Amino acid sequence: MIHSPPSANIQLTADGRLKHFLSVEGLPRSLLEEILDGAASFVEVGGRSIKKVPLLRGKTVVNLFFEPSTRTRSTFELAAKRLSADVLNIDIAKSATSKGETLMDMLWNLEAMASDMFIVRHSDSGAPFFIANHVTPQVAVINAGDGRHAHPTQAMLDMYTIRHYKGGFEGLKVAIIGDVLHSRVARSQIHALNILGAEEVRVIAPKTLLPTDIESLGVSVHTDLASGLRDVDVVIALRLQKERMDSALLPSEGEFYRLYGLNNERLRPAKPDAIIMHPGPINRGVEIASEVADGPRSVILHQVTFGIAVRMAVMSMSISGQESGL
Amino acid sequence: MNWTSSDIDQRLDTMADALRQRLEQGGIQDFAMVGIHSGGVWVAEALRQRLSDEIPLGTLDISFYRDDFTHRGLHPNVKPSQLPFEVEGTHIVLVDDVLMTGRTIRAAMNELFDFGRPASIVLVALFDIGHRQLPICADICGQTLALPPHQRVELRGPAPLAADIIEMTPA
Repeated sequence: MIHSPPSANIQLTADGRLKHFLSVEGLPRSLLEEILDGAASFVEVGGRSIKKVPLLRGKTVVNLFFEPSTRTRSTFELAAKRLSADVLNIDIAKSATSKGETLMDMLWNLEAMASDMFIVRHSDSGAPFFIANHVTPQVAVINAGDGRHAHPTQAMLDMYTIRHYKGGFEGLKVAIIGDVLHSRVARSQIHALNILGAEEVRVIAPKTLLPTDIESLGVSVHTDLASGLRDVDVVIALRLQKERMDSALLPSEGEFYRLYGLNNERLRPAKPDAIIMHPGPINRGVEIASEVADGPRSVILHQVTFGIAVRMAVMSMSISGQESGL
Repeated sequence: MNWTSSDIDQRLDTMADALRQRLEQGGIQDFAMVGIHSGGVWVAEALRQRLSDEIPLGTLDISFYRDDFTHRGLHPNVKPSQLPFEVEGTHIVLVDDVLMTGRTIRAAMNELFDFGRPASIVLVALFDIGHRQLPICADICGQTLALPPHQRVELRGPAPLAADIIEMTPA
């Protein structure tokens, strides 16, 4: 296990610019808005026939995934490539850490290859903070998901999606449904929604899938789906994380779907123009029915498209934060 | 020193005539205009009003192509570039408000070429204040000024357009 105190300020330069992106928690609203505004112009780049700008030409981005991922890793890779960076994907399971090399030895080797950025996913909470604390000053670190702790770029692409469809956060009621206990995505979303000024953030889940201290993050807790969904503008379904599930938390997937699975009928209490989101990958028929996932209010695939632009914004901001000095 | 909206209008009239003549000489009938955010877009719109409403007008934000990105970071107000026409094979009139080092124009041309290969590019600038660092010159220019290094011209807009000389505070 890697233990490192998560401190928010190592993310910022002395003049308040983004240097590493490890957690949404503790960042000022203006910085989150800067990410969203930057992403808006990168969305346009994705619509060009040549989807590439020279911003990070000559920079080397290393995808360091200690945990398997397809979507997040490939969208980071695409984002880096659209910024003209060179990308190195390291599949840790097959790399030298399994031959006994320590994490620090591996990082020093990658630094010796003149890398400029590490994109880190790790099953231990705090691992990207540990790495950010130990890399040489010119290397930026971006958290691509650590344990149950944070997944800040996912949260920011969700914020981008919400702002795109709802125009802003003022007066918005947002419901997050399902496996909050194991979800780093939910934690980052809750922080981001509160920083950006959403009116109300609700979590809807059985007690067994909620962390005990969840109210302290600034959410209202509902165990009943219908009451939790009443008049919400945004519905976010979470993936039921079967691979992290201890046996006693849920009677069965069927039981979960019966009580919390989203279908058109169950979504009735939500506002008629509510958007339906999911961080993916979706378990059809477990947390969400196909009629909802593929329905007219679903913006799930747009989240993926926006995710590339948001990652481009975060990468270019943190690379320039490295070069501008302390 | 400053320029009122009628001063600017006068220069725009002259520039529109010169541009028309220049394009005729080149045998160019169909072309598109591209303004560089933000001042260049205003000047391009004003020139287009004098030429024809039917000319396609695009806008470029060259923030992603700047050569000083790593020192200055991403501009906080980056606007999307919008080119509502095929760049490939099109004659393009590229418009900026103030031409100085030439680096903005280099970045703009790099960006245009990422959309396609234009048939030609004509460069139009309302002001040319010298201090060039690259081999770039305007084909059509409203006014050439010799300013000391600490002074710049700032265009106010979008309408009516006016301009002032401003003092740069040392960074």
